[in-house]
Amino acid sequence: MGSYVLRRFISVILVIFVVATATFFLMHAIPGGPFKREKALPPAIQRNIEERYKLNDPLWKQYVDYIGNLLRGDLGPSYKYLGRSVNDIIREGFPISAHLGLVSVVFALLVGVPCGIISALKQNQWQDNFIMAFAIIGVSVPSFVMATLLMYVFAVKLQWLPAAMWGTPKHVILPMLALAGFPTAFFARLMRSSTLDVLSQDYIRTARSKGLSWGAVVYKHVIKNAILPVVTYLGPLIAGIITGSFVVENIFAIPGLGRYYVTSIYNRDYTTIMGVTIFYSALLVMLNFLVDIAYCWIDPRIKLTDAKE
Amino acid sequence: MEYSAEMFKPINKDIDSAEAIVRPSVTYWQDAWRRLKKNRMAMVGLWTIVAILVIAIFGPMVSPYSYSDQNLEEQNQYCSSKHWLGTDDLGRDLLTRIMYGARISLTVGFLASLLNLTVGVIYGGISGFYGGKIDNIMMRIVEVLNAIPMLLYVILLMVILEPGLQNILIALGLVYWLGMARIVRGQVLSLKEQDYVLAARSIGASNWQIITKHLIPNAMGPIIVTATLNIPSAIFTEAFLSFIGLGVNAPMASWGVLASDALQSFRSYPWQLFFPAIAISITMFAFNFLGDGLRDALDPKQRK
Amino acid sequence: MRIRKSLLWFACFMTVLLIASTGFAAEKLAKKQILSFNVGTEPSTLDPAKSTGIPEAIIELNCFEGLTRMDENNVPQPAIAESWTISKDGLVYTFKLRKTKWSNGQPVTAHDFEWAWKRALAPETASEYAYQLWYIKNGRPYNEGKLKDPSKVGVRAVNDYTLQVVLENPTPYFLQLCNFPTLMPVYRKVVEADPEGWFQNPKNYIGNGPYKMVSWQHNSKIELVPNPHYWNRKKVGMERLDLYLVDDIQTALSMFETGQLDWFDAPPAAEIERLEKQGLLHKSEYIGTYYYMFNVTKKPLNDVRVRKALTMAIDRQTLIDRVVRGGQLPALAYVPYGLGDATPDKDFRKIGGDYFKEDLAAAKKLLAEAGYPDGKGFPTLTILYNTSENHKKIAEAIQEMWKKNLGIDVRLTNQEWQVYLDSRTQLNYEVARAGWIGDYLDPMTFLDMWVTGGGNNDTGWGSKKYDELIYAAQAELNTAKRAKMLHDAETILMTEMPIMPIYFYVNLTVIKPWIKGAFRSPLGFIDFSTAYVLEH
Repeated sequence: MGSYVLRRFISVILVIFVVATATFFLMHAIPGGPFKREKALPPAIQRNIEERYKLNDPLWKQYVDYIGNLLRGDLGPSYKYLGRSVNDIIREGFPISAHLGLVSVVFALLVGVPCGIISALKQNQWQDNFIMAFAIIGVSVPSFVMATLLMYVFAVKLQWLPAAMWGTPKHVILPMLALAGFPTAFFARLMRSSTLDVLSQDYIRTARSKGLSWGAVVYKHVIKNAILPVVTYLGPLIAGIITGSFVVENIFAIPGLGRYYVTSIYNRDYTTIMGVTIFYSALLVMLNFLVDIAYCWIDPRIKLTDAKE
Repeated sequence: MEYSAEMFKPINKDIDSAEAIVRPSVTYWQDAWRRLKKNRMAMVGLWTIVAILVIAIFGPMVSPYSYSDQNLEEQNQYCSSKHWLGTDDLGRDLLTRIMYGARISLTVGFLASLLNLTVGVIYGGISGFYGGKIDNIMMRIVEVLNAIPMLLYVILLMVILEPGLQNILIALGLVYWLGMARIVRGQVLSLKEQDYVLAARSIGASNWQIITKHLIPNAMGPIIVTATLNIPSAIFTEAFLSFIGLGVNAPMASWGVLASDALQSFRSYPWQLFFPAIAISITMFAFNFLGDGLRDALDPKQRK
Repeated sequence: MRIRKSLLWFACFMTVLLIASTGFAAEKLAKKQILSFNVGTEPSTLDPAKSTGIPEAIIELNCFEGLTRMDENNVPQPAIAESWTISKDGLVYTFKLRKTKWSNGQPVTAHDFEWAWKRALAPETASEYAYQLWYIKNGRPYNEGKLKDPSKVGVRAVNDYTLQVVLENPTPYFLQLCNFPTLMPVYRKVVEADPEGWFQNPKNYIGNGPYKMVSWQHNSKIELVPNPHYWNRKKVGMERLDLYLVDDIQTALSMFETGQLDWFDAPPAAEIERLEKQGLLHKSEYIGTYYYMFNVTKKPLNDVRVRKALTMAIDRQTLIDRVVRGGQLPALAYVPYGLGDATPDKDFRKIGGDYFKEDLAAAKKLLAEAGYPDGKGFPTLTILYNTSENHKKIAEAIQEMWKKNLGIDVRLTNQEWQVYLDSRTQLNYEVARAGWIGDYLDPMTFLDMWVTGGGNNDTGWGSKKYDELIYAAQAELNTAKRAKMLHDAETILMTEMPIMPIYFYVNLTVIKPWIKGAFRSPLGFIDFSTAYVLEH
């Protein structure tokens, strides 16, 4: 296991490096730049700016400089938000996005997983039909529609909750619902299907015939055996959701990190593109690693290493 | 009670017929199809999809309007006998636009599912089955593709290629199977340790046979769920890509584009959002019913 | 008398939303004088020397004050400069400064102006709007790095309260420019301590304007309170300004309806009618033109008859009423209304008049003359626009109009903003959507961009005659002659028609009825210093 962790760690570094390199050259390959404006700048001023921000260096040199700074943990200054470093942007935005994201994931798990189990236990009864209809609507309505409708109904019409901004627990509810909609529905569907799989297994019948109650069977056998696909999906989901959703943060005017994923690309804010991408990929590979560890814990038969080790 | 010999009668002992298999031999797929046909909800789903396809293909031919015919005098009208589903903000017939939009959105939806069911499943299957180094490399590739911002290569594609549906398909093709690959790989990691895999191996089944005949069919539940539930996100990703400029050119519009455009005016003209959203939801219900039926039909454990 | 005259030059247009003077006695003030306005987006910077956008300018102009300040009639009024004299040749301005203070109590002197302007011009500052100071003698070569000695730049503090400015050319709008963010003074000590990020910390954001910043929550909100050391402190009646940084207009509308916002700009097109009926919508002049550019290097658009036919074959009023909405004005010429002519009381546009008519028959005739009777043989034309709901709608409507009226096939392509800009500069398009908002209140800000090879002339068009007229007008002191040259230049532009004007912008804004006293300039800036809130 020790050598596995080590090897995995090396490959994680490699992934981040490949992502950083690919992103760097991709973003320089697309037209535009951080200081391209509709009102074209006089060439002399354009030159001053390029000089100032070292944008006229050859690309390879910019790349080497960037990687050098990256190794020192310096993600550079933002080109769009002058006077702010990308480190600052992540430091300020991430806690907010993570807060909202974690609340949403927990909501999705607490609602989605039990709904899926109930659905499976009551297969083709009204509870099942009801939950599954909800789940299908939940995935059919994308978050931007959901967010707009939630805001209109609960903030503008009913005036129960604030329309937008961030700060109090009340501000969390609507964006959380908008963000949790898809994963909740997805968890319910996944859980239902894998629970049905598990329920047809022999060991469940054995457990039942031993006289174990349904509650105990579900608790002791079903959940642990059926949760694997949900856990798989959790890795990328958590990475995606705690680094923030552009759509939801934009609609609810939440000052999180999610907005920068899209706006930094539109703005060609090179350093911010790199910074948030690297940050996201590091989280993603780490969480996937945790998911793989969780596999072994959930299902001890799973081996991640080669058979010969 | 006493038993006498005459109470017993020898059965017709016909060795030949006893050896014959009464039930005709059916392949896995024939059996699956037979069971699918018996599933009422699945058939409803299947016929709904067929109906939507028919409407998408022939509807525009019957409609008196085209997707681009404007009549600014009739803008933002509610349902009427002239415009069954009302008009949009340039006075175009919404029903006609939805029928045209179905062509794009269904193509995208089918493609996304196809990608999931082929590339995603096979990639994930191989990665999970071989495990170890191969798994490590294959999953790291998935992570790399996952982490590079989609918008970046979307813009690059926009610069290189002429706008059109094929770009959407390329852009989706790059990423749309990644989630599925991870799910299948997770399932296979667990399933490959089951006894029947050992049994299959002991009778000399090849790796390929084990993956396709045993592991994937047993992972069908999560596979079908993932494939069906990814359809709407593909439809809306298409809308986003079209918005950026990669997809089909205006005035042609997919369901996703119709819905996102209507969101700007939903306070005043809610039906412009409602009808495309209904179209997406009906399609989703149909795919889910069919998906559930397929799952049951393909599940080897339910084979009788 | 020269002073009054130069002031009058600009006295022309009313863009006052609501003027403070009328019915003041009958109105009862609210107990809390707090106003919330949506600036629209996170400022890129709040360093006046470096900023370019209108949201940034709105904040800066309320935290800083230049030599002049525009009044509600768009006339530059004495501000930090108490008075000034202008030499006969229009080149030397001598400003006499008031004794005023920075928000930390330190005096504002002429040296602060000299230092701030030279800083904005210094190449290493890398200011995008440095060209707003190129009007000053040697400003341009210093900014371009050709001149190393900053003492040769035409701005000099004669003493603590006298500032002398020497211009390159007589620039009739120079007093206006003194109200532009790039020309604001900055507090040297804090800027020198952290030239890149001094404005990030509200404590270091030392200004000399009516307000000062107390907090900046990124991507969320900026709070301003009155600056106690502002020289005209008694004019400022507000307790606090909450400036929200909300990007999404649907969200801004929701916040307005739930009372989180008192004021936001650019409501969604579908809601304009309703908001107007409720009396919440306000329109004000906005100096800008929405137009389509023709790539004159491409067939068939290299034929002026084709360009004219296309220009005449759309129905602008219908487009405005049904698609754009909001009461914009149909553009039958290029320079918008609201800019002065030879004298500021005359409107350049009204004197210039319309340059063409919407005339289908004439358009068809021109197209036939160009060799495409009823559009036969006309190649498919592509309209390029940048990704946006509104541009799409307009393009769709124009596509249909051209198709119906001229019988030609049109395709639409949209591109992400920077890709679109790139296609434009590379002349990699046929017809492209564009818009231009003036930098200052003079027709020159619209006309000088079309000189041959100009950085913003993305049409491939050029005319020697046109260039000569523009360069001559830039050096001309006689306002009547200058105006004539500019009219002649516009005539050339509208005869050769490398662009198709569509409409003149208006500023649409939604305000709660109890907010009074603030006004917006036609350049989009807002002065909150005279704002007040009525009881409601």
